[in-house]
This record gives sequence, C-alpha cells and structure tokens, in this order.
Amino acid sequence: MQYKSQAVAKPYFIAAIALFVGQILFGLIMGYQYVVGDFLFPAIPFNVARMVHTNLLIVWLLFGFMGAAYYLIPEETETELYSPKLALITFWVFLAAGALTIVGYLMVPYATLAAMTGNDLLPTMGREFLEQPLPTKLGIVVVALSLLFNISMTVLKGRKTSISLVLLLGLWGLAVFFLFSFYNSHNLVLDKYFWWWTVHLWVEGVWELILGAMLAFVLIKITGVDREVIEKWLYVIIAMTLITGIIGTGHHYFWIGTPDYWQWFGSVFSALEPIPFFMMTVFAFNMVNRRRREHPNKAATLWALGTGVMAFLGAGVWGFLHTLAPVNYYTHGSQITAAHGHMAFYGAYVMVNLTMISYAMPMLRGRTANSGPAQTMEMWSFWLMTVSIVFITLFLTAAGILQIWLQRMGTNPMGFMDAQDQVRLFYWLREIAGFVFLTGLVLYIWSFFCKKGEAVKA
Amino acid sequence: MDNTRAHPQILATPPGDLAIWFFIYAELLAFGVFFVAYAFARAHNVELFNESQQHLNRASGAINTLVLITSSYFVVRGVAAIQRGYSTLCARWLAAAIGLGGVFLAIKLHEFDAVFSAGISLSTNTFYMFYLSLTLFHFMHVILGMVILFAVMLKAQRGGYSAEEHRGVETGASYWHMVDLLWIILFPLVYVIH
Repeated sequence: MQYKSQAVAKPYFIAAIALFVGQILFGLIMGYQYVVGDFLFPAIPFNVARMVHTNLLIVWLLFGFMGAAYYLIPEETETELYSPKLALITFWVFLAAGALTIVGYLMVPYATLAAMTGNDLLPTMGREFLEQPLPTKLGIVVVALSLLFNISMTVLKGRKTSISLVLLLGLWGLAVFFLFSFYNSHNLVLDKYFWWWTVHLWVEGVWELILGAMLAFVLIKITGVDREVIEKWLYVIIAMTLITGIIGTGHHYFWIGTPDYWQWFGSVFSALEPIPFFMMTVFAFNMVNRRRREHPNKAATLWALGTGVMAFLGAGVWGFLHTLAPVNYYTHGSQITAAHGHMAFYGAYVMVNLTMISYAMPMLRGRTANSGPAQTMEMWSFWLMTVSIVFITLFLTAAGILQIWLQRMGTNPMGFMDAQDQVRLFYWLREIAGFVFLTGLVLYIWSFFCKKGEAVKA
Repeated sequence: MDNTRAHPQILATPPGDLAIWFFIYAELLAFGVFFVAYAFARAHNVELFNESQQHLNRASGAINTLVLITSSYFVVRGVAAIQRGYSTLCARWLAAAIGLGGVFLAIKLHEFDAVFSAGISLSTNTFYMFYLSLTLFHFMHVILGMVILFAVMLKAQRGGYSAEEHRGVETGASYWHMVDLLWIILFPLVYVIH
C-alpha cells in the first residue's frame, strides 16, 4: 500500500464479500423454491427471495467498485485521497441504507414498505431491480455524489492517467444513468423504455468502463507491461463497448411497444457486443504473456485471466445466443435469460471485483501477496465457483431450451407451469451446482484467515 | 543477404497508429453487418425497396460521392506533403478536405430536409428505415472524421509533424478514407442498385 488513504478501501471490500454471502444464500433459497414452491412460505416468499438476491448482488458490486475506486485512484493519481474521512462516512451511510432496505424487504410486506417509505409521493418502486424504497434510492444518489466528489477532487489535484479518467467516466455514467430510476411513467412503454437506461446502460455500458479500468490497473501492477500499451488497449476496448453497447440497448426494445426499427438496431449492434469482451480476453492473456515481472500474487493473475474468459463467455457468447430478434421472439424472458444473467454477472462483474480484492486485500493487510497455502486455497475457490457457475449456466440453458420447446413451439404448446414441471430435473441440478458454488465461496473467505506458510512481505 | 527489403514501399504494418485500425475494422464490421441486413431485408421486399428507391435524390448522392472522393484525394496530397516535410502545405490540403466534408454535410442536410418534410421517418417502411439509419450513421461518421482531420490540421499548422514522424497524419487519413469507402459502398447499394 503506497498511500495511507487507500486503507478506506478495506471496509468496502469486507462489506462487499459479506453481502456476496447473503446474495448466494438467498440464491440457494430461491433455487430450492423453484422445485419446492412453498419452502419457507410465508416467511420468505419467492418474490422476496428474488428481490433480495438481485438487490444484494447490485449493492455488493457497487461496494466493490467503490472500494476499487478508493484503492486505485490514489496510486494512479500519485496523491492521497481528497477526503478519506468522507469516504468512511459514505461507507457507513451506504451500509446502513443497504441493511435497512434488506431488513425492510424481509420484515414487512412490500406494499406496506412502499406505504411506509413515501412511495405515494414519488412512485418509483415495484419495478424489477429498482425495487428500492424512495429513501434508499435518494441515499444511493447521495453516496454516489459523495464518491464522485471525492474521486474527482483527487484526480483534479493529482496525475491524470487514462485508467483514472476511464474509471471516472464510468462512475459518472453510473450516477447519471441511475437518475432514470426516478422516472416512472404511467405509460408502460415509456416506463420500460427508460427503465433500461438504468439497467442496460449500467451493465452493458458504463459498468464495462469501470471493469476495463479495474482490469487494466491490476494488469499493469501484476505484469509490469508498459502503461502506454495497456492504456491503448483500454481505449480501443471502451470505444468498442460504447459503439456497440449504447444502441445495443435496442435488444430490449423488440417487443415492448417501441417502433419496429429497434428490431434491426438491436439485432445489429448487440450482435457486435461480444467484440469488446473478446478483446478483453485477448488483452488479459496478451499482457500476462508479455509480463516483465513475476508478481508473487498468482491468485490475482488467475482472477484477471478468468475475468476475461468468463466475461466473454457469459456476456458475449450467452448474450449473443438470444440477442437476434428472430431468436429472441422465442427465447424472451425464458430460462435462457437466467442462464445468461448468471454467467455474465459472475464472469464480468463478480470476477473483476474478486480480481481487485485479490490484488488489493493483501496490500491493505501489509503484504505483497498471501502465503503459498493461502493462495492455493484461493485458487481452489476460484475453480469451484467458476466451474459451478458454468454448470449452473449449462443447466439453466438446458432448462431454457426445453421450456421454449414445450411452451412456445409446436401446435399444442404447454402452459407455463406445466412446462416448469417438465424442467424440474435441471432445477435440481442447478441447485446442487449452487451448493458447490457456496463451498467455493466459503473456501474463498477461509483463505483470508489461512495461517499456514509465510506471506510475501511488502 | 539483405535483399529481403527489395520492396520498401510494401509496409509491414498499416500506416498510422495500430489502434485506429482496430477502430476502423470495428466500424467496417458494424456497417458490414448493416449492409448484409439490408440485402437480407431487400430480398424479402424487392418490390417495396425498388419502389421506394425511386424517390431518393440520386443526383445529390452522386455529387456527394464525387465530393468525398475528391476530399480523400486532398488528404492523400496532405500526407504526401508531410512526407516531404511541408507542414503548412499539409495543413492546407487537410483544410481543403475538411471544407469538402462540410460541402458533403450541407448537400446531405438539404437531402434530409426534403425527405423529412415529405413526412418520411424511420417507421415509414423497411426501406426508409435502412436508408435513413445508414445515411444518418454515415453522416455522424463524416462529422467525426472532420473533427479528427481538424485536430491533425491544427497540429500540422503548429509544425507538430515532420518528414520522419507523421503518424498522426496517417492515422487521421486512414480514418477519413474509411468514411469515404463506406459511402462508396453505401451510395450504389442504397441509391442505385435495384
């Protein structure tokens, strides 16, 4: 750790991992409810478990991004953070808001929560992924502004690098596009239209900039390849991301009441969306192959390479699978979407956060890298989680294909619930793979406490 | 033994910065996919496409083709000038190319004005959807190309390039030629072939 103020990243990373555990537990509950529908009913109904599962994911990824920003910005700008104290206050505000929201979801019925939190003043709740009560949404805006102020002021007073500029652009975009979550038209088409401006333009737009900046930072550190080379790649990748991703929003506009031309725009541009992810994979492997030093943190290198590969497979390949309008006509909102969602979120955003944490956490604990045995344990957790997400994706893909076949094709299509009964086997297999994932996650956390061997001194 | 370099004019790497070539190929791919989609959609609606095509202003498209090809020629002269170390001359050729870019935009705006005042939009029919989106995307690329050429021209004026080091000029020129090339495909495809 080169700068004292980088230490504020630590609580962010710890909170991120803790919420990650929560996300997985609720995922397992929900996965079980897929086959045993009344499990934990009425305490935790399916819709609540799903909301907690997806909201925890988003919140912990945001904690990870923020921690990453507070960690890498001082090193990139070669100056202390503008205000470490503000960063810590922001942390506690965000954690309290997040925890209260989850407690709210679990303790009271959603409609009661809406009434309690002033949803009638400005109705924003009740929409997938944007279920947060109004005070939480406002809290997210305040937290984002505080982060942006802190990071922007630090960049202004320090060295300006491409990595910090791309990260800043990504974080500003994240904040700006979140504002569309406050727009909730009575017209369902307009509501959905702008809902995607938060949801899609986050994950297939500005978050990719954050991902690119984080990956580039870690690659510079572990490979020692010239900054110039890495930055050029970063620019080309983000240019491709924006060219394809912005109009690629159209792949959500196929059947929601928007004009027909979106079927062409959405198909053409999103067909190209795998390219930046493919370039990211080539980039990661290329940089590691051209490395000029042997960094002792092998686990971080593994995570970085894994991010490239899994993001390409999950976001790129599994996205392309159902992105063309004629295909999506059949696959829309089926288990194919769930398969894509799981591998894309894990491969791109979970893994880039774990890459960053894997690199930064030992530094924050005063060492260059963890001991050999601790790293071995971490690499085991990498393989357990990654292989099980591959299986979850494959099982859900199989479930999706069968579901579409039974429910949407042929002369005598089945009803939704009848088709669900037919794909139960795949849901059981997915749940088993989910438990393997949990094992990997437990091992991951255990690796932080591994006392065996000598850590590599800073 | 060193006669492997018998053809020094054959370049080992493309001119300009390698990064612009990634960008150029990505752009060509995006337009290429769109062209294929056009062909695919046309095959299913030949009559509609032929009928709608009759209403396009072919003369304005043809003039614009000449305008862009000429501007590309000016860019070539600009690169040739800097290869001999003439900075000011290079900047003038680039300025001329940018000027022709402006002419292209003006003619195009005139064409769009006629189309839009006839009440035609992206939703009129599939042909007009392709015509409008392809030409509008290309229009924006002309603007971007002009911005790039303008930045290169300013640097050339300040004497920022030399006979030895003029990668930036070649980078800008490569992008501009791509903008030109796209139009050379787009014009016959959308305006002429039926």
